[in-house]
Amino acid sequence: MTRPRVGVDPPGRVLETLAAWLLGIVWLLPLAYAVWTAFHPREYSAHFVPTAPLTLANFDDAWNAAPFARYLINTVVLVSIILAAQLVLCTLAAYAFARYEFVGRGTAFLLVLVQLMIMPDVLIVENYRTMNRLGLVDTIVAIGLPYMASAFGIFLLRQTFKTVPRELDEAARVEGAGALETLWRVYVPLARPVYVAYALVSVSYHWNNFLWPLIVTNSVASRPLTVGLQVFSSTDQGIDWSLITAATLLTSAPLLVAFLLFQRQFVQSFMRAGIR
Amino acid sequence: MRTRTGGLGGDLGAPQHVVGWLLLLPAAVLLVTFTHYPAFGTLYHSLFSTPKTGRPAVWVGLDNYQAMASDPVFWQSLRNNVVFALGTIPTSIALALAMALLVNGQLRGRAFLRLSYFTPTILPMIAVANIWLFFYTPGYGLLEQITGRLGLPTHNWLGSRDTALACLIVVTIWKEAGFFMIFYLAALQSIAPVLGEAAAIEGAGRWYFFRRVTFPLLMPTTLFVLVNAVINSFRLVDHIVVMTRGGPDNASQLLLYYIYDVGFKFWDTAYAAALTMVLLAILAVAALGQFALLERRVHYR
Repeated sequence: MTRPRVGVDPPGRVLETLAAWLLGIVWLLPLAYAVWTAFHPREYSAHFVPTAPLTLANFDDAWNAAPFARYLINTVVLVSIILAAQLVLCTLAAYAFARYEFVGRGTAFLLVLVQLMIMPDVLIVENYRTMNRLGLVDTIVAIGLPYMASAFGIFLLRQTFKTVPRELDEAARVEGAGALETLWRVYVPLARPVYVAYALVSVSYHWNNFLWPLIVTNSVASRPLTVGLQVFSSTDQGIDWSLITAATLLTSAPLLVAFLLFQRQFVQSFMRAGIR
Repeated sequence: MRTRTGGLGGDLGAPQHVVGWLLLLPAAVLLVTFTHYPAFGTLYHSLFSTPKTGRPAVWVGLDNYQAMASDPVFWQSLRNNVVFALGTIPTSIALALAMALLVNGQLRGRAFLRLSYFTPTILPMIAVANIWLFFYTPGYGLLEQITGRLGLPTHNWLGSRDTALACLIVVTIWKEAGFFMIFYLAALQSIAPVLGEAAAIEGAGRWYFFRRVTFPLLMPTTLFVLVNAVINSFRLVDHIVVMTRGGPDNASQLLLYYIYDVGFKFWDTAYAAALTMVLLAILAVAALGQFALLERRVHYR
């Protein structure tokens, strides 16, 4: 055979490494650019000289120019109530689907899966109508409600619960545990890694969600960070890119820092959640 | 000791049904309220006129759909959405696969590269859009500085009809490729290294090995990523709100953004409902693909 063998192909390897690095640099460029602008005085925002002085003034100005502290609290409250509700609702429903024989189970499960395609993200007009009728427009609860019963969470947990040996369940029952107690003592501890994965994906999703919160909120009291950022960068001031990029980085910072600290968990969670 | 009936033993039929439904009930109520009911509500309201003050909604049959058929902005948004999907999906999937293959092998700075590819996934689309908006700024942004150095004339990338949609496509690819990469990476790591060693002994080239072994083995992942990419291309319009607002002249109008415009700027909710029906139909087609896929995966287990 005249073909080169796998592994002994140095020119190809070098080329591959070069390509990988080129792609990596291109991929980081927009972010590096934003970091440059945010950490330098305005006159250097698009003027790249290595001697440019560093400053944190842009972050300070942005933080004080809009109620970002309030937006941050709103976002934290939002992702927390969504996650808490999702964990409880999805656990109960997944348990029912995994271990109970009940009339209409198959149909009910298919109806749950419908939400994987027809997400709340696209039912904005009708869901706004519903929130209006419920008197919930411009509340944090209204942002979260459509997402609390998550088909994805139910599906993921159902698959996990199905792998729990029935003997463990029966042993708990023999000891006198009821449905909820068995669920809490046997299934939930065994599914812990899945809960962590689901929680990371859910928090990332709702921290970043924008269109529905934009529609259903209209005051500082309920706006999450993403909507606050948009209001800030489109209306509150002219085009001061140093301020806007600083605000943009501030908005993404908590999640970004968490990601950099727990990279492996994040990547594995997204993987686990996606592969189902 | 307390006595209990029902439970998992299945000795009595009724409690199984009752407990099962009770466990499901809270989730079911929310799902029906915010998924099934609004889906039917969309159909229902699309057959009525938009209520105005002092003029309640009246049955208009298919009038809204007729208006849609003769609405050039609707057709443009649909065309744009197809272009957007074709522009983003194949490229981001190909890039994702390339990234995964690159960082799966032995490589200097592998961890750093994985990080740089994946980071855009973590950022909010709204933040990404802001960063890129600055990047595209005429005369001042990084892109213009580069093209300026090369002696090219200045160009308003987002403000021109020919380039606005392409700019959005680039942003979406940047954001999505790293996300899809991790699924390929997971799949690559599950391919037995023995296969590669065997191929090496047989003298198979790397490209040959990729084409005949790796790529076919990655097919389920490709299908999974494809379905998700299709759904995303009709679901995610955050960047349009920031970067172009559908303009100029609707050149970057996508279906969901048009629904948002009609529903929440012009408050023509009946027409927005008719437009939403089209979006639901598109997603239903993607759903059939996804269900076929899920079915397969369930059978594997």
